[in-house]
Amino acid sequence: MEIVLIFVSAVFVNNFVLSRFLGLCPYIGVSKRTEPAIGMGMAVIFVMTLASSVTWLVYRYILLPYNLEFLRTIAFILVIASFVQFVEIVIQKLSPALYRALGIYLPLITTNCAVLGVAVLNINMFFHNGEVAELSFLKSVVHGFGAGVGFTIAMLLMSGIRERLELANVPESFKGAAIAFITAGLMSMAFFGFAGIVPH
Amino acid sequence: MTAFLAILSLAGIGLILGIGLGIAAKKFGVAVDRHEEEVMQVLPGTNCGACGFPGCQAYAAAVVSGKAPVNACIAGGNEVNMKLAEVMGAELEESVPQVAVVCCRGGKNKVEEKFIYQGINNCLAASLLQGGGKRCPYGCLGFGSCVDACPFGALKMDENCLPVVDEDACTGCGLCVKVCPGNIIQLIPRETKAYVACVSKDRGKDVREICNVGCFGCGICAKVAPQAITMDGNLPHIHSDNMEKIAKAVEKCPAKVLIVRENVSSSS
Repeated sequence: MEIVLIFVSAVFVNNFVLSRFLGLCPYIGVSKRTEPAIGMGMAVIFVMTLASSVTWLVYRYILLPYNLEFLRTIAFILVIASFVQFVEIVIQKLSPALYRALGIYLPLITTNCAVLGVAVLNINMFFHNGEVAELSFLKSVVHGFGAGVGFTIAMLLMSGIRERLELANVPESFKGAAIAFITAGLMSMAFFGFAGIVPH
Repeated sequence: MTAFLAILSLAGIGLILGIGLGIAAKKFGVAVDRHEEEVMQVLPGTNCGACGFPGCQAYAAAVVSGKAPVNACIAGGNEVNMKLAEVMGAELEESVPQVAVVCCRGGKNKVEEKFIYQGINNCLAASLLQGGGKRCPYGCLGFGSCVDACPFGALKMDENCLPVVDEDACTGCGLCVKVCPGNIIQLIPRETKAYVACVSKDRGKDVREICNVGCFGCGICAKVAPQAITMDGNLPHIHSDNMEKIAKAVEKCPAKVLIVRENVSSSS
């Protein structure tokens, strides 16, 4: 039950983009069309899920036993960067079109605060003063996966809206990024409506 | 001791991940042909798709693998094609450069309106609704879809809501032709001296009723210059570059739909 709760909370209540305001760069940058947005979402799901499992292992079995908690950020960045690099190589091989559509935003997942955020939040949520919470590995992975799914949902909704905005009669001064930011703000407000569904 | 452990553990993680990446790069690596990059540098890089491939990169790949001819880049024109031929070591004849012309003069207040269209600002959307708000089913709808489609900024809308071609910027890629739901924008060879600025196939009486500037198929031009112009249904068809004869017909045309193109060099 708690695991379901963690998943739902990561997807809707604490949606990484719309409630925590992490990873806004690809959220605005790649959401112009649906197809690259889904590709980006899948890449982020993959990277977040694997990164949260591996960073958990690194923290639990390397950093914690040797009192190296201060290496947390750099070690996590190292892991995330490698995964992003791996995803980049695979996407370039499997889908050159998607690779070109994602462009600079793919390598930018490396320094994406959403991915580092999920890893750091896992540690904050499931390790208390060196004590490991029950089932925390599974919870970390579910939390990472949920965060990725939440990111993808936000991207998908945004890209759908923006595709329609292309044809809408937007006042001249609001065209482009301006209306996108306003839309993002409205969507964020809408997602705050989910805040009540998970008890704190 | 802590410093030593820190270095050791980070180096260890780095080493393991590095080896993993190395294996992945070997397994999934894509070899980029150096020839392809050379071709890419020659191409205009506008990804207009006029060559029939989804963007310059795809065309470059097709050229290098011999699946596409070196002269398919329409936007680049002769210059790019010659350079491409040079890069690929192929022989090439010069192709005829083309240019887009707008074959309708029925702008604002020139054509009667059927109804007031208030939908999406897009020609295709407008044409789906009873063929658009104008009473002429052939004419320009004036929402500027061609302007949006032009990757070279060669089209703009004038004050009468008609597209105007900047012939210096136009590359003849034909994207505007494809996006136009009517047949208003056409590609003609650059040295063509005159064209007919109306595409209405209706009878003269019907055209005159709804449009001030349409061709009503009187056939005077064909009578004045029978060697240069013939009537094809209700529309004249120019099939000669003899300016003397065409000029006479242009003068006599009561609707003024024969347009003489300025600044056309006699040989290009």
